[in-house]
Amino acid sequence: MYAFDYTRPKDLAAAAQSFAGSDEPVYMAGGQTLIPTLKQRLRRPSLVVDLGALPELKGIAVAGNLVTIGAMATHAEVAASADVRRAIPALADLAQHIGDPQVRNRGTLGGSIANADPAADYPAAIVALGATVYTPTRSIADADFFTGMFETALEPGELVVKVAFPVPKRAAYMKFRNPASRYAIVGVMVAETASGIRVAVTGAGPSVFRVPEMEAALAKSFTADAVKAIAVPVDDLNADLHATAEYRAHLIGVMAARAVVAIA
Amino acid sequence: MGKFGVGQPVRRVEDQRFLTGTGRFTDDINVDGQLHLYVLRSPYAHAEIRKIDSAAAAAASGVVAVFTGADFETLGVGPIPVAAIPPANDGVKRTAPFRPAIATGRVRYVGEPVVGVVADTLANARDASELIEIDYAELPVAATMPDALASGATALHAPQYPSNLLLHWAIGDDAATKEAFAKADKIVAIDIVNTRISPTAIEPRAVIGEVDANGRITLTLPTQGGHGQRRWLASSVLKVPESQIRIVTPDVGGAFGMKNFLFNETVICAVAARELKKPVKWTADRSESFLNDVHGRDQLSHAEMALTKDGKFLGIRVSSLGNVGAYLSQFGAFIPTAAGGAMHCGAYVFPAAAVDVKVVMTNTTPLDAYRGAGRPEAAYLVERLVEKAARELGIPSVELRRRNFIKPEQFPFKTALGQTYDSGRYEEVMDAALTRADYAGIAARRAEAKTRGKLRGIGVSYYVEACAGGSGEQPVLSFDRNGKLTIRIGTQNNGQGHETVYAQLAAGLFDMELEDITIIQGDTDEVPTGNGTGGSRSIPVGGSAVQLNVAKMIDQGKSLAAEMMEAATVDVEFADGKFRIAGTDRAVGLKDVIAASFDGKRPDGVTEGLRVSENFNPSGATFPNGCHVCEVDVDPETGTVAFVRYTIQDDLGIAVNPMTMAGQIYGGAVQGLGQALYEEAIYDSTGQLLTGSFMDYCMPRADNTPSFDFAYTEVPTPRNALGAKGAGEAGTIGATPAVANAVLDALAAVGVTHLDMPMTPLRIWQAIQSAQGKAA
Amino acid sequence: MQVTLKINGNERSAEIEPRTLLVELLRDTFGLTGTHVGCDTSQCGACSVHLDGKVIKACTMLAAQAEGCSVTTIEGIAPANGPLHPMQAAFREHHGLQCGFCTPGMVMSALALVERHKGKPLDEATIRHELEGNLCRCTGYHGIVAAIAAGARAMEG
Repeated sequence: MYAFDYTRPKDLAAAAQSFAGSDEPVYMAGGQTLIPTLKQRLRRPSLVVDLGALPELKGIAVAGNLVTIGAMATHAEVAASADVRRAIPALADLAQHIGDPQVRNRGTLGGSIANADPAADYPAAIVALGATVYTPTRSIADADFFTGMFETALEPGELVVKVAFPVPKRAAYMKFRNPASRYAIVGVMVAETASGIRVAVTGAGPSVFRVPEMEAALAKSFTADAVKAIAVPVDDLNADLHATAEYRAHLIGVMAARAVVAIA
Repeated sequence: MGKFGVGQPVRRVEDQRFLTGTGRFTDDINVDGQLHLYVLRSPYAHAEIRKIDSAAAAAASGVVAVFTGADFETLGVGPIPVAAIPPANDGVKRTAPFRPAIATGRVRYVGEPVVGVVADTLANARDASELIEIDYAELPVAATMPDALASGATALHAPQYPSNLLLHWAIGDDAATKEAFAKADKIVAIDIVNTRISPTAIEPRAVIGEVDANGRITLTLPTQGGHGQRRWLASSVLKVPESQIRIVTPDVGGAFGMKNFLFNETVICAVAARELKKPVKWTADRSESFLNDVHGRDQLSHAEMALTKDGKFLGIRVSSLGNVGAYLSQFGAFIPTAAGGAMHCGAYVFPAAAVDVKVVMTNTTPLDAYRGAGRPEAAYLVERLVEKAARELGIPSVELRRRNFIKPEQFPFKTALGQTYDSGRYEEVMDAALTRADYAGIAARRAEAKTRGKLRGIGVSYYVEACAGGSGEQPVLSFDRNGKLTIRIGTQNNGQGHETVYAQLAAGLFDMELEDITIIQGDTDEVPTGNGTGGSRSIPVGGSAVQLNVAKMIDQGKSLAAEMMEAATVDVEFADGKFRIAGTDRAVGLKDVIAASFDGKRPDGVTEGLRVSENFNPSGATFPNGCHVCEVDVDPETGTVAFVRYTIQDDLGIAVNPMTMAGQIYGGAVQGLGQALYEEAIYDSTGQLLTGSFMDYCMPRADNTPSFDFAYTEVPTPRNALGAKGAGEAGTIGATPAVANAVLDALAAVGVTHLDMPMTPLRIWQAIQSAQGKAA
Repeated sequence: MQVTLKINGNERSAEIEPRTLLVELLRDTFGLTGTHVGCDTSQCGACSVHLDGKVIKACTMLAAQAEGCSVTTIEGIAPANGPLHPMQAAFREHHGLQCGFCTPGMVMSALALVERHKGKPLDEATIRHELEGNLCRCTGYHGIVAAIAAGARAMEG
């Protein structure tokens, strides 16, 4: 890694101040993405601001029909939370299948969504469940948060404080994993929310997207066949060594169908 | 035989340190005053080096030296040599293309070392390397063998080699084979890709180079036996007597063939240490391991089998391209030719056979032996061809095997490719596997899987491989005054458990405790001679050498005991740790005899400590063989393969330590199935390695591999004293075809007739779509 | 900067650069070389240690992040020449190691997975799934899985 300065602020105000006072600062949550990036010398921050001690970013709470998860909640904590499992089992399942046991003990919700890796899992949940992302100064709706490959609506220096997930009537997440990296080649969350059926797809495109045709079909008939009949267009889907766009398009249907079967 | 000796699953002595984290791997070692080497590597697959401007790097903080290829030339550093080039068809002897340790004038593969930066810390060396400016002029890239052989392709090693064909090699009888094919009722053809593999030992390579006041160089690094590397360094690279180099190998974290070879970084550390008169340390990171550890396999073959309509094999002919990469590694040209070429008759009687191989240079990482080294390629091809023949003839493949197996009474059996197989009971071994695998019951299981939407497949392979022949082994055995035995042997443990297995052999023969035996490996100063670990030779050859030398020590002991008891040597027998006068109860214990050997007056032929060092030469190669039966479910919706059951019945000769032997089979089998389903080192057309990390190079993990139902049949080999055939590579050789055949069996139901490795979910899905006339 | 943390029950302090990884602190600063580095993309698990009772990859953590924490490495499980922990003994009994390089990380992962499944059944499929973060090239996992099943039973006592 290149050399950098390091600070571990005790509250949000101190974090913002450190960040503002440096040329090339970067926030570090669990570090499971940032540290490999730094090790490969792909980034050269002047200052790493460790968010690990910020009390405002911790915690998991269920109140009414909202599950609010702090940005620094680890995937393991979300997966193991009896509250999350009771309220939104699909979310606990999703967290349980991120990475591996070691990564889950350090990787965080906030770090994951701020990074907006096209193959990350949480974006599907945020969009399918209609979650709201909270920063210190504002809230960002699910439809507005993910703006492109590794791009979010966050301003420079703006960090995620917590995410509030409305509890759906039912939801399921199915993921087809890259056999090598274990990231999502395609991850689909199907949710019946207060405002209707949502189908959110991660891994397949540059950023998470919904499939309105599947949502409409499921609203009429909540069956596997309903989604299997929908062909997702291949243009704009990712293609790499492990999956062509056509394969991804196909897998979207398969994973969506499996998610439906799980909760039908 | 008590708790030690042949056949006992003795638990390993080396485990204590590995389990407690007190093993000693090269990167764990730090030397006072050590400097750190960082290697700057070529980003291009083929380019001229026009200019290197390293002034800023040399002046950077903490930097002690910067070495380029030109510097090494000036210092008189010689090329990295090859060990063997097989004879070519044209009879012209080949010399290896010049291979500098640091690229000189030209780079020929991505990852080739171009500059070595030595500094006080690794970070400083790496920082400095970013200040180096290199002017490259790109040259056309031949990333694949067909590209390299195409007319107009740029020759990597002109003028010495005006094309990229290193040599054309052949074995067998062309005329007889032609005749056999002319008479055939049926000819079955197949085109086979044997994919390129990264060995991926979990311990990355590392080197520590040190020089003493007399200029003697000590290199500490993981090897598979330091004597070979010492010879190559001394003779070709450093041009000094071997006595001026010491190779120390501490614990080795996996090798699989790859750590046998002399790498650029080893040379750079040696030269840097010598020039700077300070220790120099280098450790690979994983991306460097992917780029510069020798790759394995990478062959393209067209093969045909001639048969009668009753399925009797008449002949086989194989034409292959074998990749050696941008430079020839020590045995690189040997692997697709002499190592594997002669095994294309497999376990069968082929009256006629002909194999030819074109050895091709490409702008890719050099290739060399990787677990199996040529024999997996042959077994994969033959067993795929047998399956294809079975399908085309309408004869079950198991039956086809049965009709053509070499029969027990035919051993020793000379094949049409010139190999003389030692012993075997192939049909019996296959039947044992099929029974345990409930092969006969597959139809019902297939139907059940179908109800769950899965395609059930069962695949069989019968492999035979050649190993443990060639060179001998000459350990040194001696007792100290207290009766503790030391065995110095020039093989090199890298996970096989030699410290235990050699010791258990000796312990069983002497009736000693394991803890009174020390195995010394891994130091060319402590072990006079050695031929290393590789080709599954350590137990068959090394173990036989231990057994032979123990017998010699016992002979000496008898002689000394006879004198101590005033008897005739011929009347002394050794049993239960005692030398006894036959028919009496007069005896002296081993420890007393050993102590006496230090007391000056010894009969002729008895040495102090009963020290011996006899060479053991195997009388020829051994031929481990066996049957793998793999059962899988393919999910046609995603192309995913799930293991249902995996059964192995092997003939590995006499099992010395059945536990460690089984371990070799399990580990080998997973590497074999890894090639079939997961792994491939992939280059794009510009010669960039696309699979340069575990993000893209798919490894077998605990969650995508099976447990194994393994049993063995002991058919001793007459080729060595132990009767052991070797187990190190057999699992890999048997697994790849069995798994591939299982997947193909599953996919036959939906019309797929051919698929190449790796059979990834994507490729399986595409094959299914294609077979069903759907877009993929 | 200075970092202070508990390692294998002992409070340790060191002066480090902020970019020092936890694995570098353990190996280079404190000479605890049982924790190994096998990759650069946080996938091999050879560097697995316990941090405040949870298994993590020491190569993917700054030493600074471990300030005030309690780290257990393989050296903290059993002494070099002493009696083995039941899980380690199971690895030996069931040939769950060959070259030994991945072994410390495997043992640390094994201990953690047994803890996570306390009171719940631990079948082969679960063990295999829970080892997703640990690569082994030598054993083919067969012996490791057998060892962990046996070690778990032994730990139940």
